[in-house]
Amino acid sequence: MRLVLDVPTWPGNEAGTHVDVRLTAPDGYQATRSYSVATSDRGRVVLGIEELPDGEVSPFLVREVRAGDKLEIHGPLGSYFLWRPGQSNRPVQLIAGGSGVVPLHAMAAAHAAASDSTLFRLVYSVRTPAHVYFRDELAALAGPSFTVDYVYTRQAPPGWGGTVGRLTRDSLASTTIAPHERPRIFVCGSTRFAETVAAWLLDLGHSARDILTERYGGK
Amino acid sequence: MSFATRGFAGHRREPDDRLPPGQTLVQRWPVLSAGPTPNVHTDTWDFVIRDESGTEHHWSWEQLLALGVEDVTVDIHCVTHWSKLDMSWRGVSLDKLFENVEAEYDYVMARSYGGYTTNVPLEDLLDGKAWIAIEAEGEPLDPEHGGPARLLVPHLYFWKSAKWIRGLTVMPTNDPGFWEQYGYHIYGDPWKEERYW
Repeated sequence: MRLVLDVPTWPGNEAGTHVDVRLTAPDGYQATRSYSVATSDRGRVVLGIEELPDGEVSPFLVREVRAGDKLEIHGPLGSYFLWRPGQSNRPVQLIAGGSGVVPLHAMAAAHAAASDSTLFRLVYSVRTPAHVYFRDELAALAGPSFTVDYVYTRQAPPGWGGTVGRLTRDSLASTTIAPHERPRIFVCGSTRFAETVAAWLLDLGHSARDILTERYGGK
Repeated sequence: MSFATRGFAGHRREPDDRLPPGQTLVQRWPVLSAGPTPNVHTDTWDFVIRDESGTEHHWSWEQLLALGVEDVTVDIHCVTHWSKLDMSWRGVSLDKLFENVEAEYDYVMARSYGGYTTNVPLEDLLDGKAWIAIEAEGEPLDPEHGGPARLLVPHLYFWKSAKWIRGLTVMPTNDPGFWEQYGYHIYGDPWKEERYW
């Protein structure tokens, strides 16, 4: 689910940062969660929220929040898992699992907005076509310096020519920038996804210091 | 600054005064790391404290265990707003490791396999406040949680409890470590919500 917040004083943010969202009950009880920001714009914060079945904050944001409501946010936060235009001319490999695409979408959008010609590739693993976040935006960003490879783990769209199933080491190798091109790699997804992918990347010959991970959830 | 959020009640829980401000109690144990999980083996594990004269004090895995492993039950608090209470850990007190180390300087840089660093005042590591932890909740520490050994400094936000610990360097100034250079607080007291600076 996409949540668009109008924040007139928002200064803009670097691609990959997050915000803390704090909800307050009438009796003062508070719950705070961190969410990655999907964009870099001034005056506006776009979040992609995955509803967790037993969640306290995500079901509220997905089901309860209506246009016109006020939410308290704190940020932008985090200055490590970031892509900055002009920082490096090395190619960039983005690897997303599910809602992990949110900060990586921000990077792809910032890359396009800066007319940066560094090669960008995204591998995006989702359960079904209905689970894709930012499909239209990613399609619009695709071009000579940005490509998207989808991995459908449960169900593919009609006419899909590829296989359906989890990402494997071999399919990762064939859809990602080769180690000898020394890509900078951003991996974001569940802990299980990020752990698996990062271990394969090391196996394939990428250097640990070129692999940045952002993960959520328990083991 | 805070205002009530329309329609929000939250999951009702018994208020727990062991939960610092802004924290939510979790039962599962989330994993957070900045990069791949390093492969660290106990047969080649080497822990080193470098003191202010540059002298290095080394311990192998067996030498570490021989110092005496103790059971501790502590609460841990992650800067990403979750806490776990009453976690059972096993580890070696840093008091034992520092017993024969000359340390006049006030600060320590913790260093990990994989390159992670974090800074901690020395006094926060002594007097029964910190351990080299090797087990949690009855099991050897998983690699994702920092195994085979991580620093355990439960009274500070948990990024200070460096995973895959390989050594401590005593230093005269409070130089920032990895997350501290990326905007996280230099000290990290969860009770004062010292998350960012």
